[in-house]
Amino acid sequence: MDTVHLEKDFQEKIDQEIKIEPKDFMPDAYRKTLVRQISQHAHSEIVGMLPESNWIGRAPSLRRKLGLLAKVQDEAGHGLYLYSACETLGVDRESLIEQLHEGKAKYSSIFNYPTLTWADIGAIGWLVDGAAIMNQVPLCRCSYGPYSRAMIRICKEESFHQRQGFEILLTLSRGSEEQKEMLQDSVNRWWWPSLMMFGPHDKDSPHTAKSMKWKIKRFSNDELRQKFVDVIAEQIKILGITLPDPDLSWNEERGHYDFGPINWDEFWDVVGGNGPCNKQRMHDRVTAHERGAWVRDAAIAHAEKRATRKAISKAS
Amino acid sequence: MKKDWPLWEVFIRSKKGLHHRHVGSLHAADEKMAIENARDVYTRRNEGVSIWVVESKHITASNPEEMDSLFEPATDKVYRHPTFYNLPDELKHM
Repeated sequence: MDTVHLEKDFQEKIDQEIKIEPKDFMPDAYRKTLVRQISQHAHSEIVGMLPESNWIGRAPSLRRKLGLLAKVQDEAGHGLYLYSACETLGVDRESLIEQLHEGKAKYSSIFNYPTLTWADIGAIGWLVDGAAIMNQVPLCRCSYGPYSRAMIRICKEESFHQRQGFEILLTLSRGSEEQKEMLQDSVNRWWWPSLMMFGPHDKDSPHTAKSMKWKIKRFSNDELRQKFVDVIAEQIKILGITLPDPDLSWNEERGHYDFGPINWDEFWDVVGGNGPCNKQRMHDRVTAHERGAWVRDAAIAHAEKRATRKAISKAS
Repeated sequence: MKKDWPLWEVFIRSKKGLHHRHVGSLHAADEKMAIENARDVYTRRNEGVSIWVVESKHITASNPEEMDSLFEPATDKVYRHPTFYNLPDELKHM
């Protein structure tokens, strides 16, 4: 079959909600888009462990430490599900990691902000994981089978993350004046970067149309962002604090919250490598990888030695 | 020396009495590490009672392009299904 027919068949499958599997025909651009998106997603899970790990050793109680440890372990697991989903598209793990370390692949910019106080761990769970969940739930229905299956696993596990975050904030909201201030300060710092997680406005997002046609994406950036604002603007009432946006108000006519303009200059600046922690994050990641090299090599050497011994004892 | 750990496919039996089911893949140096990594990656919340791992290179898969011809032999055999046989309503438990 020629490419035109194959592409027509491909789109028909997508339109009928039939999943595309690794060995099926897919247009090059579909494959490329997926590799970019899934690897970016995997990198985000892995780099996302760094700001949180900053507080594992300083968690205020054993209960909090256990919760945070389990969450960080989950992020590692999510990164691994996604790397293997990405590998089904014909790229190997090592080159994906190289692309990250050489700065050729991106990860979510949110992880380039620092975790200055314990409240930040709560705010990350509530806002950052909350925004991620909003993005990820529709991805469970993504047209690419392995990605969709990985996302189903991830979404199942992710809801504990958001709950542990909100519980941390709730405890602070019932604490001393100092703790309440810490809570408000943290939400002030994480709110706008969380809104940026949904990506540029629809009119500035050139890939959206194609991704929607291919059913990689189900909702546009602005739709998901609005949904997130509507949910958070209600949930924050329980914490008895405010969001740092004077323009935030309920719009009866639209049935949604209106909110103020996002500082896109800041967004592009952080994407471009000038966020508060870009260099530190990459340095930490590359160092960890390099320091682990001897372990990876030793494990391979050990496995090879065992395999040889087994072969010899079989032969004799 | 630079060598990647090979890729393994992971199958989990979620509880006794059920089949092992493919859940995903991972990298590991050998089969022992593959089982341990599979436990950490795919069963952090008691999702399994048994794990199988097999190196991905040992799996032979059917070709999706030949799907129609491969499965064609079964498509016209309606008589393999119970509803093909006409029986009276009064006949119970069959």
